[in-house]
Amino acid sequence: MTRVKQLKRPLQLTNDGQLRHFLTIDGLSKTLLNNILNTAESFIIVGSKAVKNVPLLRGKTVVNLFFENSTRTRSTFELAAKRLSADVLNIDILTSSASKGESLLDTLRNLRAMQSDMFVIRHADSGAAHFIAAEVTPDVAIINAGDGHHSHPTQAMLDMLTIRRHKSNFDQLSVAIVGDIRHSRVARSQVQALKTLGCSDVRLIAPDTLMPPHASTLGVTTYRDLDQGLEGVDVVMVLRLQTERMTSAFLPSANEYYNFYGLTRKRLQRAKADVIIMHPGPINRGVEIESEVADGKHSMILNQVGYGIAIRMAVMSMVITGQACQSRETNYGCVD
Amino acid sequence: MPNIYQLLSQLFTQVDALLKEKAIKQPLITGIRTGGVWIAEALHQHLDSAHAPGSLDISFYRDDFSRQGLNPTVLPSTLPFQVDGRHLLLIDDVLMTGRTIRAALNEIFDYGRPASVNLIALCSINSRELPIQPDLCTLLINLKQGQYIQLSGPQPLSLQVINKVFS
Repeated sequence: MTRVKQLKRPLQLTNDGQLRHFLTIDGLSKTLLNNILNTAESFIIVGSKAVKNVPLLRGKTVVNLFFENSTRTRSTFELAAKRLSADVLNIDILTSSASKGESLLDTLRNLRAMQSDMFVIRHADSGAAHFIAAEVTPDVAIINAGDGHHSHPTQAMLDMLTIRRHKSNFDQLSVAIVGDIRHSRVARSQVQALKTLGCSDVRLIAPDTLMPPHASTLGVTTYRDLDQGLEGVDVVMVLRLQTERMTSAFLPSANEYYNFYGLTRKRLQRAKADVIIMHPGPINRGVEIESEVADGKHSMILNQVGYGIAIRMAVMSMVITGQACQSRETNYGCVD
Repeated sequence: MPNIYQLLSQLFTQVDALLKEKAIKQPLITGIRTGGVWIAEALHQHLDSAHAPGSLDISFYRDDFSRQGLNPTVLPSTLPFQVDGRHLLLIDDVLMTGRTIRAALNEIFDYGRPASVNLIALCSINSRELPIQPDLCTLLINLKQGQYIQLSGPQPLSLQVINKVFS
């Protein structure tokens, strides 16, 4: 493999197109996304066995590095790694040496020196996972568990798995994404995944202050009016108000937001009768969604949590293989 | 290559004798995907077993996972019965290295602790890499380097020697 070819290879893929890091949906093929979904399908059954573990990652060390708070994502990553029989290290940044002034680079280099095989990284800065994969520890598989406003690829893929298991082909569906799209890394990844999988009717519904300025370039339809946007949709993906990322006044009040953009039973009547409702969590009841909708028969919110484990198992097993293949090629030349 | 249906008939006669010798009644039948499942279904009909046969996809238990990766179309294993304390007949079509059987045994024990497992293979090839031997087998074959055996099916079943094409 020549140096020129190596430079052209996308960061998250091996020379033969396998996943070696999972940083973003952007640039991944429909075939690869379907492979992730198919692999996750086969892991769903593992969760129903008496022994829920499979030995795929036995002897591997997975480090969960969460520089931001998380309950669902962190615990499902941990459970996924444990079900694959990996050794899991959870680094609590707030109580780690980072709080004594150790830099991110030094923390990562130390963890790499402990023969870690995979870092699962959540960071408030967009591009943190890319930077680490490219510059700091390229020989450790990196999974992006959310970086700033940029990307949350495993959340998007578990959403796609939820849709695929409960709906028909993506190209037949109308999907609405409602809420704080401007600050949402989930929405960006969802749009990329939906478009790649062939969904032609993706609608973004938000007030102007919470709509990203570049929305019109994403190949989606934008709506300011929730009732209009919900007309005839098959899937509604509700987003949380990211108040922690709001650096100025984007909304008059949570109450007013609920009056205009809260998903209620009454508003939901505009969608198809068999609509499904999704939310990445944590949900703010009475702010972005009515409790009766969150707990109702259309809600997939708890199903999403279970599918999250399967998706993370799929991605983890795929990047470990990709990383092993890449390092064999680097050390010994192309083996195939 | 002998007729596959004659081989199956011989195999089932041997199974009857094995069950009688070991005084096993109502064994649970489990085939290893894909060929083993076809044979397991035929054996299920022959024994008129009360339990539907199980099927194992050993992809999650392979020892070459980090080299080969996962097949994205892994089908879930289904054992539609409790294995604890029961006698299992584990069916494979072609026994080669023994690595598939090692993986299958590991998976079975994740479902429970069977009283016994008997390994039944339609044919066995001279390329074992692990100390695993079948309890019953109807055909022993010595293959040349670059050859392998393929069972096609399910209807009709056929067995043939394939010469690998090296690119």
